[in-house]
Amino acid sequence: MSLRAAYDGVVAAVPVTVPYERYSIHGAHWWIGRALHEAVRVAGLRPRDIDGLCVSSFSLGNDTAVGLTQHFGLSPRWLDHIPMGGAAGVVGLRRAARAVQMGDADIVACVAGDTNAPDSFRRMLAGFSRFAADASYPYGAGGPNASFALLTDAYMRRYGATREDFGRICVAQRQNALSFPHALMKRPLTMEQYLAARPIADPVALFDCVMPCAGAEAFLVMREDTARAMGLPGVRVLATIERHNAFPEDPIQLRGGWAMDCGELYAMAGLTPDGIDVVQTYDDYPVIIMLQFEDLGFCAKGEAPAFVRHHDLTCGGTFPHNTSGGQLSVGQAGAAGGYLGLVEAMRQITGQALGAQVAGAKTALAAGFGMINYDRGLCSGAAILAAA
Amino acid sequence: MTAKLPPPQRKNPLLPTRQPLLPPSSRSRTALGLTAAAAEGRFALQVCADCGAVQYPPREACHACLGANLPWREVPAGGALIAETTVRITADPYFRQRTPWRTGIVALDCGPSVVAHLHGDVVPDGRVRMTLRLDKSGQGVMLALPGQDTPDMQDDRQMREMTCDPKGRRVLVTDGRNAFGQAMARAFIDVGAAGVFVGVADAWKPFPGQDKLAGEVVPLDITDTDSVHRLAASLGGRVEILVNTALHVRPGGILDRRDTVTAREEMEATYFGPMRLAQAFGPVLRSRGADGTHPACAWVNILSAYALAPTPTFGAFAATQAAALSLAHSLRAELRPLRVVNALVGPLDDEWHQAVPPPKVAPAALAASVLRALRDGIEDLAVGDIAQDLLARWKDNPTTLARELAAG
Ligand SMILES: [Zn+2]
Repeated sequence: MSLRAAYDGVVAAVPVTVPYERYSIHGAHWWIGRALHEAVRVAGLRPRDIDGLCVSSFSLGNDTAVGLTQHFGLSPRWLDHIPMGGAAGVVGLRRAARAVQMGDADIVACVAGDTNAPDSFRRMLAGFSRFAADASYPYGAGGPNASFALLTDAYMRRYGATREDFGRICVAQRQNALSFPHALMKRPLTMEQYLAARPIADPVALFDCVMPCAGAEAFLVMREDTARAMGLPGVRVLATIERHNAFPEDPIQLRGGWAMDCGELYAMAGLTPDGIDVVQTYDDYPVIIMLQFEDLGFCAKGEAPAFVRHHDLTCGGTFPHNTSGGQLSVGQAGAAGGYLGLVEAMRQITGQALGAQVAGAKTALAAGFGMINYDRGLCSGAAILAAA
Repeated sequence: MTAKLPPPQRKNPLLPTRQPLLPPSSRSRTALGLTAAAAEGRFALQVCADCGAVQYPPREACHACLGANLPWREVPAGGALIAETTVRITADPYFRQRTPWRTGIVALDCGPSVVAHLHGDVVPDGRVRMTLRLDKSGQGVMLALPGQDTPDMQDDRQMREMTCDPKGRRVLVTDGRNAFGQAMARAFIDVGAAGVFVGVADAWKPFPGQDKLAGEVVPLDITDTDSVHRLAASLGGRVEILVNTALHVRPGGILDRRDTVTAREEMEATYFGPMRLAQAFGPVLRSRGADGTHPACAWVNILSAYALAPTPTFGAFAATQAAALSLAHSLRAELRPLRVVNALVGPLDDEWHQAVPPPKVAPAALAASVLRALRDGIEDLAVGDIAQDLLARWKDNPTTLARELAAG
């Protein structure tokens, strides 16, 4: 296998989170604007220093990244709009890194944000995609809860996972969230509470589901020497992968696109799974976390239930995972959910954790997963980062 | 196993009537192929003409070879249930009234995986028979049935959202003066309808079959607006299925008649009649489209297959049938969630078709076809060999059919 060129001399820096709110009267433009404002403030830049912009959002109405340039008074020479939901962060990072590396832009702001109003989630689901409107939404209108319930049911049947196994993941993430200031879920979660939770779409219950909310996340991508000159701690991008519509012949999704590209990911990074200090998976539902543990090489296929039984997934544990609490405890701010793990990974390996800091963390893996177009998530991606 | 559905209970007047909400109805134009197949009770998917790959969800290009020629073909309906869920929380108002709602993923023997509504007797990891049904929005949806029939399976709660089983429902048959209305009334009683009202105009005038007429006779003349509204006022809230059996067939082409008097009479009976029925009964039937365990569910039109294209020997009559068919298509949109069933019939075995050679449609055969359509949730049916032949020719090429019939 021929490896792609490394992302030499490029770093991601300035991890930004605009604190989430359950509902917001502001539009997505406001949330994205706040994230960009905070990024330039922290970096000590003027807005016009941003010459590359990469945007992801579900709630911009008819606007795209193009409209946002005028809205925000930016004149970038490199512009991207990535409609990949949970994979948006990793994909945005790898595209921005190449653009900076090749000189197409000097400073790329990667940003994702969405708003949330009481009925906006339902309306977004009803028109999510053509296949969803034609062939999944009319079947109970359960949205992603129902889609992931089907995947969870199939996974439990095939590999013998139990509700307790998923509960271990959710309980550990809540533990992590208790020290993360921006988490919307602020109360501890016990296994008893997890198992007794209100059923949503069997076997998925309340604590398996993320809470839709408003929020935004962002980071900047620039040359390593630029970051150093500005005194900004950055992270190097050791390797990235992305894949879409992997394994279309599988009758149901029991593996994600990571399984196609996992070997190349670690080879490009020059690491093995053992060498990763902090793991941030995409956690819209715990079953997808199990797929990532397997497909990203932390355990064999079908062994994630045993893996979670034998590891402590909290920040101080044997396998620090989703250290901010993840979307399951922080909330899912639309496309910003695809950035949350990446931004948290940047903080952890640069010693800037807002909550519990994983001691001595120098490498991190952040994964993304997105877009239940019909019966499965189509986009997957992962990045391995190291402290610069 | 499906629990036998008890007969409808007397309504508690303190409870609000459940509004006739509709499930999500937005579809791509291509996906309406599912609806067309469901309306006829066929299980059809797109099949690539170039490579044979079966497509689902409906597509504009083949997922295997990118070919664009994707005709709808009947495909094997067997499959295996590989995942299931019971949706308990949903933001959609229609399903929110009906949770818990069970769905699953079926791996079809012919290739694709489909998200489907599940009949209650479908078991985990079990074999299923996939069917396409019309939901309350009138859109084609996948319903998985158990591999083998089970007792009382018609009584399944989710399946009943997609069928119009007459059992336990009250039926108005609009015209009992002809043998077809009489056979229809008899058939509904035989399958356990809770009540059958049979409209009779000019009851003082004797008519054949009067002595054996089944059901409760009610006065109804669909050419008389007052008569229709009077009956609707007294009966409208007690009817769940309306079958318009008023037939007014007169032979003759356009030039056979010296004036428009006969044609006006035909239009009164076959076009304005259904319009009066719709205006008088439609609103209350629609408002009761989700009421109780046996909501109002179906509006049945008996139409000549020559509504599709006229045969010149019945030319004036065929024009009224074309008008009535057009009206029925519009009713479909306006009466949702009710099912509007159009039974296209060939020549009937009656006094007006004495000169027409067989095959002709007998009263009992028409009644049996309509009942089967209601139980199976079918909306478009052609009854009898002539009607089926005409429909096949019309689907092949409507212009050719019109020319063919005009040539005699
Ligand atoms: Zn093909």
